[in-house]
Amino acid sequence: MDIIQEILAGLRHNLLRTVLTGLSVSWGIFILIVLLGAGNGLKNGVTSNFRDRATNTVQMWPGETSQPYKGLKSGRSLQFSEKEINEVNDLSETTGQTGIINKNSTITYKKEYGTYRLIGANIDYEKIFNLKFDKDGGRFINQLDMTASKKVIVLDQKIVDVLFKTEPALGKYVKVGNIMFQVIGVNSKKARWGDGNAYIPFTTAQTIYNPNKKFNSIAMTVDGLESEELNDAFNEKLKSNMGQSMNFDPKDTQAIHVWNAQRDYIETMKIFGGITIFVAIIGIFTLIAGIVGVSNIMLVSVKERTREIGIRKAIGAPPATILRSIIIEAILITSIFGYIGMMFGVGLTEVVSFVMEKSAAGNPDGMSVFKDPTVSLTYVLVSTSILIIAGIIAGYLPARRAVRIKPIEAMREE
Amino acid sequence: MITLTDINKTYYTEATSLHVLKGIDLHIAKGEYVSIMGASGSGKSTLLNILGILDNYDTGEYLLNNKLIKNLSEKQAAAYRNELIGFVFQSFNLINFKNALENVALPLYYRNISRKKRNIIAMEYLDRMGLKDWALHLPSEMSGGQKQRVAIARAIISEPKILLADEPTGALDSKTTVDVMKVFKELNDSGLTTIVVTHEKSVADETHKIIHIKDGLIENIENRR
Repeated sequence: MDIIQEILAGLRHNLLRTVLTGLSVSWGIFILIVLLGAGNGLKNGVTSNFRDRATNTVQMWPGETSQPYKGLKSGRSLQFSEKEINEVNDLSETTGQTGIINKNSTITYKKEYGTYRLIGANIDYEKIFNLKFDKDGGRFINQLDMTASKKVIVLDQKIVDVLFKTEPALGKYVKVGNIMFQVIGVNSKKARWGDGNAYIPFTTAQTIYNPNKKFNSIAMTVDGLESEELNDAFNEKLKSNMGQSMNFDPKDTQAIHVWNAQRDYIETMKIFGGITIFVAIIGIFTLIAGIVGVSNIMLVSVKERTREIGIRKAIGAPPATILRSIIIEAILITSIFGYIGMMFGVGLTEVVSFVMEKSAAGNPDGMSVFKDPTVSLTYVLVSTSILIIAGIIAGYLPARRAVRIKPIEAMREE
Repeated sequence: MITLTDINKTYYTEATSLHVLKGIDLHIAKGEYVSIMGASGSGKSTLLNILGILDNYDTGEYLLNNKLIKNLSEKQAAAYRNELIGFVFQSFNLINFKNALENVALPLYYRNISRKKRNIIAMEYLDRMGLKDWALHLPSEMSGGQKQRVAIARAIISEPKILLADEPTGALDSKTTVDVMKVFKELNDSGLTTIVVTHEKSVADETHKIIHIKDGLIENIENRR
């Protein structure tokens, strides 16, 4: 305790220099955290735009052929059938698939009604499109619903809000067109656009609405496609298989449209890999600037005190004691001010994060480029520690020199 | 108490070397009151610094209180300085951001004596110097004579075996010089071995033995009692 009092007395005497040294530490840490936070915010923002579906999804839509093939004319409109679902299922890369039947329908509950998009979907639809069920939100379509072609329906929260108001929807019956469906689940994930979707088992949709068993989209999840090249190859393979199954030229660019989210995701992450490296480089240089600043001031501080150190030695101060007090002084300054900078940095990123979340609350599903600009505690602590260690070394080296020179020489310095 | 045998000291600079002490033989007994006189550059301050373990010597032998002072580590030197030697400088060498009390108490800090206890002791020593009322003043608020008395209090608070003073009156006027020399006299009367480096005849005349140094050698020793 005595040594701390002794050090504080010295620091108080050099208040301005102490504060300036400290501020350079605070500033370094502050800038570093804000910078890393901004980088993270950018990354989180863009990543969140992929949240509509799992990142490893591929979806395809049939088009119109633009080339004649095997005696068939060009200009044919194509549609999927269950044969194509099986083709997709047979691919080794796919881990889940769903045919998608799309139809607009009027859904009625008591006196409330509205026109919504009705989707016939397989059980894998839930994970492909990241649907969300709260604890009391029921469930999505299951295998039993599919096999038995049950008349069950899953509604988006938006639809429930309109039709049921505050009434619980689970277990109730709604009328779709003229057919009654039982509500088995409420999807709480909000869609970015539209009034909301209703989901019924694919088999049920085929039976009721699709006498010719043709439909317009297949979506799937894929596994093991870690690079853009692998995804491009997969896309080609998909087109070629579909071409064989549906009788069109695999080179016909208009016959089928494939959207590979995984490929987009990899591409975006590549860009962000670059941004992360850029931010890291700036961060490292900021840290170096901080280290140089701290070192410089510690150097001057010890140099200025050479005479004082000489006097202390002349009256019998052991060198180790002098060295220790200078090092503790460096630790005190850098850790206290480093902590302050850390608090301000983390505080600012948290405030920005909070404000953005607030303003986004009105439009929770809008596209964002910046989100949750916070920094992991590890980065914060590591960078603060680096500055503290730099401060200690910067204090130690000149102090060791000052302690080594003879007291009589040290006292001569002004 | 102090025995120097054939002490040599050379200062080296890049271009030249300067042989400052050329074989000093000297014995100072316990309780003696000695002054060292000589012209500038005669080597008297170097001699005092060696006596005070503030500087090393090249060859010879220095025994202080029966301890051989040679090739000491900084740690050992610091311990001996704290235990055996009180130093008074021409330019006082007080720490400017510490008040009189804290300056006087400083040697006790390095003996790990508690703040409370060392402040009580320091106050006693300031009182002996007639500076009780100035305890909380900074050096910058004091006169030269007062500063030198604070420095003397600091030099003797650790109850050293010898008191070394390097031109202690060099920065003082004649009246203050008399006051400060009176303090040295009293300290010596109480049994403290006291060595004063000076070039003022009046100051040297106060001491019991004057050692005249010229060109790094003892020219003569003048006994005054």
